[in-house]
Amino acid sequence: MKLEMLTQSIGEWLRGTGPESDIVMSSRVRLARNVAHYPFVGRASEQDRADVERFLRERIATVPIGQGLEYIDVGHLEEIDRQFLVERQLISREHADAQGARSVAIDRMEQVSLMINEEDHLRIQCMHSGLDLRGAWEQIKVVDDQIEKVVPYAFHPRWGYLTACPTNVGTGIRVSVMLHLPALVITRQIDKVFRSLHKISLAVRGLYGEGSQATGDFYQISNQTTLGKTEEELVEQVGDVVPVLIDYERRAREFLVRETQQNVHDQVSRAYGILRTAQTISAEETMQLLSRVRMGVLLGLIGDVKISDINVLLVRTQPAHLQKLRGVELDSNDRNIERARYLRQHFEGDDAGARASIN
Amino acid sequence: MKCQQCDKPAVFHITELESGAVRELHLCEDHARNYLNQSELNQSDGPDAGGAQESEEGSPAAGDLPGPLGVGHTAGELAILDQRACAMCGITFFEFRNQGRLGCPHDYVQFENELEPLIANIHGSAEHAGRRPSRAAVEAVKQPNQPQAPLPPQVALPAGTDELTMVIGMRREMKEAIACEDYEKARENRDAIRAIEERWSLEER
Repeated sequence: MKLEMLTQSIGEWLRGTGPESDIVMSSRVRLARNVAHYPFVGRASEQDRADVERFLRERIATVPIGQGLEYIDVGHLEEIDRQFLVERQLISREHADAQGARSVAIDRMEQVSLMINEEDHLRIQCMHSGLDLRGAWEQIKVVDDQIEKVVPYAFHPRWGYLTACPTNVGTGIRVSVMLHLPALVITRQIDKVFRSLHKISLAVRGLYGEGSQATGDFYQISNQTTLGKTEEELVEQVGDVVPVLIDYERRAREFLVRETQQNVHDQVSRAYGILRTAQTISAEETMQLLSRVRMGVLLGLIGDVKISDINVLLVRTQPAHLQKLRGVELDSNDRNIERARYLRQHFEGDDAGARASIN
Repeated sequence: MKCQQCDKPAVFHITELESGAVRELHLCEDHARNYLNQSELNQSDGPDAGGAQESEEGSPAAGDLPGPLGVGHTAGELAILDQRACAMCGITFFEFRNQGRLGCPHDYVQFENELEPLIANIHGSAEHAGRRPSRAAVEAVKQPNQPQAPLPPQVALPAGTDELTMVIGMRREMKEAIACEDYEKARENRDAIRAIEERWSLEER
């Protein structure tokens, strides 16, 4: 598969559609699986890793879901291309930075991705736009069932699916939603929300997973435990809390409009202004400002921008995406200049095809 | 590696987590015992004793007391446990403790008793309640939870997919046999691997 094809398309989670998509960016379910007759990746020899990679690839090709998959040989990719896949959320940072034979298989919709030889031999991921954990779970179940028919998963009758790290053992499931919570951040309620999430053993992470700093008010909420509950229960555990968070965020947004309308309008207008006129801008600042503009659009304070456009800009202004789109490798200074130019063109320039009519 | 406090070889490698910061210690047996005695005492002062520096509360200076019985024993026990290795992939319990990652599926059988409290602590449960692969379910027979002597590789465990995992150890043995030119043994290993793989219908097509 040519990565260039991906730069032209937009990933599933960026479509900006689906239920509650004003707040819920995407819903994701991930399953960790290992092949029973090989050591876990961390202890596997170079040969073992290559064998596992080939074994999984060959077996998965024999089942129906295997037909629609495109493989990318991550082990032989340039760093910028690996970074590109991370930004796209198709592979994890760990998978990008690992050593040895490894690959990722992606379906055409960019909903399903299979990471081979990440921390576990196989990590199945299914991502849907908006709030649709059930849909993602139903889809990943089909994928898992098909692969299970041709691949002997390491399994223990008492401890379930066996994983390299005991924190994933059992169901091997990680259920997560990515939320955009700018009003809770502005009204300084976000820490309180997170503390209560920790109490019910849910984890909170930034946009780009494990250990990442939350930027631009985007947060991932996921289950922390994987053993002792059924997959459905764990899907519900995360799913049940989302409507509550959505309600908090909506109320905080209403509060902002009601009590500080002028102030908020000023903030989002300034953010919009910088994005449209800046001559050099970092990825972090871009994300922060796009987050504000996104909220402004949803509050009806900015009229001529589409939510799906902002979602796309969020990813296309990331370092690797920007460089792929421009077709050259750039150092960080040049990237900042190029990013600013890209944003100006997008908002003001000729390629305003994506622009809706100005109110 | 040398002990951080004297010239003897460091045999204890301790990672301390203190209010979010990580501190690594590499100590010989004597200094490790001293250190462990001290930290054990500090802890027994109460959960928030805050270490030896803050003793204005009037609690006895920790370092001056002889270690309570059992502490040295615990360290010794840990040292023995640390040297135990998985019969399949060869990972030692020490390596697992250091890396936080297991070496192969059989570790869950080999170190079952040691992992049990850890897993229960992480998940608040030690019983899988979710889906089961149809393949493993056929083989699944409830395993009595008891300490196990290391099994010779050819003995199949009637639980989950552990029989298939045995292939990892047999492959290792086969490589070793080839390295010492013991082709008879290597052939036996190869046949045993084939037998298991065929039972799980994994033979190369």
